[in-house]
Formats: sequence, structure tokens, C-alpha cells
Amino acid sequence: MENFVLQVENLVKRYADVEAVRGVSFAVKEGEVFGLLGPNGAGKTTTIEILEGLRTLDSGKVSVCGLDPQRNSEQLKNEIGAALQSTSLPDKLRTFEALRLFASFYSRRRNPEELLRRFGLEDKRDTFYSKLSGGQKQRLALAMALVNDPRVLFLDEPTAGLDPQVRREIYDIIEELKREKKTIVMTTHYIEEAERLCDRVAIVDHGKVIAMGTPRELKERSGDKTRIEVRLARQESELALRGLDGVSDCRNFNGGYVLHCQRPPQAIVALVKHLEAQGNELVSLEIATPSLEDVFIELTGRRLRD
Amino acid sequence: MRILLTLRNKMFLFFSVIMPFGFFFLYAGVFAKGNPEAIRYFLGPVVSLAVMGSFWGLSAALVSFREQGILRRFHVTPVTAGDMLASSIVANYVLTLPTVAAELFFARFIFHVRDFGDFLSFFAFVTVGVVSFASMGLVVASVTNTMQETQVLNQLIWLPLIFLSGATMPLPFLPKLAQHFGVFLPATYLVWGLQGATFFSLPVWKLWEEALALLVWAILTFFVSTQLFRWEPESKIPRNAKLWAVATALPFALLGIWENRTGNILLQSQAAYMSIDRQDKSGRPPNQPDAPSKHQRNRGPFQ
Repeated sequence: MENFVLQVENLVKRYADVEAVRGVSFAVKEGEVFGLLGPNGAGKTTTIEILEGLRTLDSGKVSVCGLDPQRNSEQLKNEIGAALQSTSLPDKLRTFEALRLFASFYSRRRNPEELLRRFGLEDKRDTFYSKLSGGQKQRLALAMALVNDPRVLFLDEPTAGLDPQVRREIYDIIEELKREKKTIVMTTHYIEEAERLCDRVAIVDHGKVIAMGTPRELKERSGDKTRIEVRLARQESELALRGLDGVSDCRNFNGGYVLHCQRPPQAIVALVKHLEAQGNELVSLEIATPSLEDVFIELTGRRLRD
Repeated sequence: MRILLTLRNKMFLFFSVIMPFGFFFLYAGVFAKGNPEAIRYFLGPVVSLAVMGSFWGLSAALVSFREQGILRRFHVTPVTAGDMLASSIVANYVLTLPTVAAELFFARFIFHVRDFGDFLSFFAFVTVGVVSFASMGLVVASVTNTMQETQVLNQLIWLPLIFLSGATMPLPFLPKLAQHFGVFLPATYLVWGLQGATFFSLPVWKLWEEALALLVWAILTFFVSTQLFRWEPESKIPRNAKLWAVATALPFALLGIWENRTGNILLQSQAAYMSIDRQDKSGRPPNQPDAPSKHQRNRGPFQ
């Protein structure tokens, strides 16, 4: 039997008439970085907040560090750390004071000075929270999530709304935690984030897990096919494009066509020849290497950020 | 930490420092005309204003923390609603004490008040007063969703509390109907408790009705506020919340009915006021003011 530190079975959560989570199940091993990937409104935050003990569940079974988040809420909160989707602190609280205050809530705690150093916030030690930049606030949120040296760390959209450079800084921090074998459960709607940071990913849509596995396994599921997105001067028959040499599938997508190919060079040559024969023209062509986005498109017919 | 945050808030400076001291100098300089014995009479009302003020800041701070999502961050730590609320009350208490001490200091060294009555009794009423009114602030925070709602409800509570309790105007000054309404207000018992301690030098066990009522009210309001506490900005007020909030008025509703029958507190206020009034007219300070006798305590008001 595998050593699961977190287990979710058939989790259901309703808000009035809306079923936000519809039977989600997954398990996370000790030392693993597990990602919930899906568009906004897919039920990722609701799931993670039930695991953190912030929300009650309607049905299903949840266990974190062997504890029930509803019944053993206080015990559980000693074992976990969390960076919420948007962390808010009082404007007039200084960086170091925030770390010291939150550390004081736990019996097992890390040295706030060391966390300041590690998260590059030493020179912001006495800065009011309201004066920190978005990236600094997020680094502080991550540092605060680690004050109790948690067994499981929950990160809800850790880089949402941050510019690309700051996002990469946060990735570096999470990768460092990954090297330390910290168990992390994170939600994201960024493909790059899930591929780069997660050992395993559950793709979530409309409150359900629609695929789960390592990023590699998921990509293999879509046959490791390269995606070619084309726009044409005139409409073409999908059937004709699907029949081209090297093309395994074709879909009409956002006014253009997405071709899934196992041999991209042959497919492009065949496409150009076909268009010439039809008197049609190629307006644009984009080649994308296989990503989790393809898996999502394949499963839902939508882009992740539609 | 809450203390530090409060001290960094400019609103605190106004409500907890400027306003109470403004009232103090207004009462001592204008109403009491600098007469030490009259100032001693007014110490009860003026200190009660500082003590009661705690409910304003506390309800506003808690609602703004909830609105901004700050309480959510605390919710993922092992901190409980009780911890959160109790720490708010302790912070409030620690912040009120220096204001009260400064008022006593000014009374002693600027206005030459020599006798502050029963200090232990005074301290007991300050303590139970801060805890109970701060807890009421926590209940207000629980039954309102936004800062605007909180401010409106605070105003609705604050105005009768200060005007009909003897805190701004001695009870005997008020129309009879207002006096009879005033005995339903917790503030009336705080004002009288503090006045009994400072002006009549009554030990706390002789003011046991007032002290006990405030204590029971403090426990009840604190309990209700822990039951109604909400961490999430979007979480709804429970359906029975308003009923719970109204239930906190029960101890003083009962006490008010009792007091309206016996008239003790109104009689005591009148005795205190007349003692000052006599002295004012004769132009000389009286000896130690007489505490109302047992006989007086059992008579109806103004008979």
C-alpha cells in the first residue's frame, strides 16, 4: 500500500443550486507535488479549501495527514501550511511582524529570521504590508505558509496575477521546496506551471477530475502529437484535412483548424499541396509542441483559459 | 500585535485619546467649574465614556478584517474564534487603561482631586466595563456584513447609551420617561458603578447588582459573539443570529424592570447629583458625600 498523506474520495460540494465539486477523487503521496489544473470556476479552490478545513463538504471522504479536516480541524491546522488564492494582511503590519505573529500560533515553528532570508525579504523586514509589491506579498504569503514547517503545503494559484519574471521567482522557490521533498498540493490554470512543478496532475473541469497522471503520462495519452494551428483564406472540409498525410485528427477551432500530427513535416507539405490544389491560401500557421493544454482541448474541446 | 496595529491607526488616536480627554476637560473645566468634588462626581461618567468607547473600534476593526479577507488567513492557523475574540478584548483593555489612568492623573494634578473613593471597586468596574462593552462590539460585528452597516448600528446603540445613561447628562436631568428607559441600558449600571466607587467610595460588594449584571452580560455577549463569529467575507449571517443578539439584552431587560419597580439606581443618582448641586449653591465643598442609605435604596425614585 502506498504512503498517501492526503486522500479525497468522491468529494461533493454544492453552493445553493450550483454543484461546484462533483465527485472528485485523488490521493497524494508523501513528498509529492500534486497539481489541480483547470480553468477558473472548475472547483479547484473549493476542493483545496475543504482540504484546509476552511469549508465543509456535502458528501465524500477526505483525509489529510490521517485527520478529518472537519472533526480534527485544530490538529490539522498544526500540520498544514497554506498560501490562499489572495492573502490579505492588515496594511500597517510589517513583514517581520507578520511572520513572527503567525509563527506564534504554532508549537512547532521555524525561525522567522531564517524565512525572511530564504524568501529574499530581509530588506523589506520593516516595510508595511501595504507597501510591498505583488511579488513581495506573494513571497511573504509563501514564507508564512512555512512558519510551522508543515507536513503538507497548500498553494492556491501561487502565481496568479504576477508578471512573468516574478512568476519565475516563485517557480524557483517551489522547485526548491520540491527538492526538499515537501508534500505540496497546488492549484493552477497555467499549463507551464503544472508541467514544470508538478509530479502528478489532476485535470479538473466543471467540478470533476477528467484526467490524472504525471504530465508525461497525460501528454502520451494524447499520442505525443504535435499541434498545428492554421488559419485559411477560405473554409475547408475537416474531413479532407483529416485525410492528409501525417495528420491524425483535425478540428475546427476558433475560426481556424487544429491539426494533430505525429509527423509534422509531412503534414505541412501535404497541407500546402492540398491548399494549392484547392486554390485556397494559408493565412497563418503555428506549431505547438504537445502540452497539457492539448490534453485539455482534446478532453473538453475548449482551451484552458477560454 | 493588535495593540500595535491599533496604535498605528489614526482613528484610534481620535476615538481613544482625543475624544475621552476632550470630554474630560469639558466636564472638569466647564460643568464642574474646576471644583475637585464636582470633578470627582463627574469621574464616573467621563471614565465610562472611555470604557464604552471600546465597542466602536472593536466592531469596526473586526468587520474590516473580515471584509478584506484578513480573517481567512487566520482561519488556516490553529487560532480559534474564541482566541481571536479574547485577544481583541485584551488588546482593548490594555489600550483603555492608559486613557483612564491619564484621566485620573489630570484629575489629581491639574484639578487637585484628592480622594478617588474605592479604587479597587473603580478598577473592577473599568475591567468588567471594557470586557462587556467590547464583547457587545463583537456581537455588532457578527450581525453586520459591511463597514457601513456596522457604523449605522454602532450609532444607533451609542447615542442612547451615552445620552440616556447619565454618561453625558446626569440622570436626574433627564425627563422621567427617559430615566425609566435609561435603567434598561447597561451603560447606566456602568456609570453608576463607577460613580458609586469614586464618589460614594462604595466597595464592589455594595455595588454587587451593577457588577453582577455587567459580568453576566459580558459572559453572555462573549459567548454569543463566539457562536456568531464568521471568518469568511462571503459567509452569511446565520438566520437566528439577530435573535441571539437580541437575547444579550435580556439581563438588563430584567434588571430594568426590577429597577423601575424599586427605583434604587434613580434614587442613588439623584442623591449624588443633589449633593453636588447643594455644594454648588452654598459655594463651599461638602464633607464626604453620604452614600444612599439602605432605607433610601428601598424607596421609589423622587418620592
